Amino acid sequence: MYNQPLNDPAVIACLHCDLLQRLPDLEPGASARCPRCHKELWRRREDSLNRTFALTLAAAMLYVVANSVPMLGISAVGRGASTTVLEGAMHLWREGPRIVGVLVLITAVIAPALQIAFMLAIVLEARRERPPRWIGTLLRHHPTTRTWSMIEVMLLGVLVALIKIADYATVIPGVALFTLGVLVFLLAGIQASFDPKEVWDRIQWADEDARRDAALDRIAGEAS
Amino acid sequence: MSGAAPTAMQHGLQSCETCGLLSRPAAGEVEGRCPRCAEELSFRKHDSLQRTWAYLIAAAICYIPANVLPVLTTTTAAGAESDTIMQGVVLLWSPTGWPLSLIVLIASIMIPSAKILALMYLLITVQRGSVHNNAQRIRMYRMVEFIGRWSMVDVFVDTFTAALIQLQPLMSVEPGPGLFFFAAVVVFTMLAVEAFDPRLIWDSISSKEPSSDEANPGEANSNEANPNEANPNEVSYA
Repeated sequence: MYNQPLNDPAVIACLHCDLLQRLPDLEPGASARCPRCHKELWRRREDSLNRTFALTLAAAMLYVVANSVPMLGISAVGRGASTTVLEGAMHLWREGPRIVGVLVLITAVIAPALQIAFMLAIVLEARRERPPRWIGTLLRHHPTTRTWSMIEVMLLGVLVALIKIADYATVIPGVALFTLGVLVFLLAGIQASFDPKEVWDRIQWADEDARRDAALDRIAGEAS
Repeated sequence: MSGAAPTAMQHGLQSCETCGLLSRPAAGEVEGRCPRCAEELSFRKHDSLQRTWAYLIAAAICYIPANVLPVLTTTTAAGAESDTIMQGVVLLWSPTGWPLSLIVLIASIMIPSAKILALMYLLITVQRGSVHNNAQRIRMYRMVEFIGRWSMVDVFVDTFTAALIQLQPLMSVEPGPGLFFFAAVVVFTMLAVEAFDPRLIWDSISSKEPSSDEANPGEANSNEANPNEANPNEVSYA
């Protein structure tokens, strides 16, 4: 059963302390914080959809490169070896605790891919006149993909590994390593440019009647 | 100013964690779905304290084998040698390598234990109905939420070290059983953060306030004016 929305859509509750308040209209770039717990309630971004789209498209291309070329190589006593992100996870699956291999696969390969793919679909579809409801589903799961996507953590791990290995063998940084470095900044940029509220405000509601009723209430309230 | 603060729950309103829309359950209903995004709504996360405790205890138990069992086993002509996380930190410690050693020490030893202790403190104070240091406690929660992912660093270090160093028969590196427990600590603490409802920190304040319409949360639309009275000037700009 669907809830009934309030007739003033600007009234919200802080998600960290439940304080009721009215969200002000913001200038692009400005943000509103909860007066009680100081959680950021909303930061309005400038030209959010276009900028996010550009960054996400670039991230998608870099992601493909980062996962298809070697990331690290070593050579020692006339032998060489190199690995991609995927091969690292596969090695763990074969030799180590399998479940950790799966975790590495999820956090370094699958979650970032979903994060980029979801965002790409969201920013593309949100530009339509009536954005379809399924982008709400993607938007709903996007924070989860972001939590479990750990490219930046992996990059730090790789750098530590690189120094460790340098004691035993000559390390050859691969193209993917640099690509991943840029990807980290692009993902942070997407985070900084995307305004989920803008998409939620445009999206088709799950319960169309509720929105219409709320809108009618609002008009009636303004008229009286 | 926090004393008389009106909360959504006091007014029988539910906010959607996904899309932020505030809505009211239909008369007689306790929970419902968000009319905008169809997410299931509730006033507070279900069994938040129990679930957080469960994940946290699981994390604390795994923390011991994670630090005692080896995470990497290096096999050379001289024999096999196993390193725990702490031994890895010591090994990395050198005039040039100390910054990395420090990274591993902070990410693998200090962050996970600090996370477990901080969440336990939050759970205990919430259960005791504490109304003190709310601002600090919510800040602590956000800190734990933010730094959580970084304790995965060592899992990645060990993964790529093991994947690369395969110079048989001269030398090979294989991941050890400690890695499994270490990854479990990271995952359990992340799930614990996810299960904790930060609004509980503030509920002991709110519950001490008398509320006129707390008694009939189900009555749709009758209290529409109340939330609108929430002082718009209370929202600050940054």
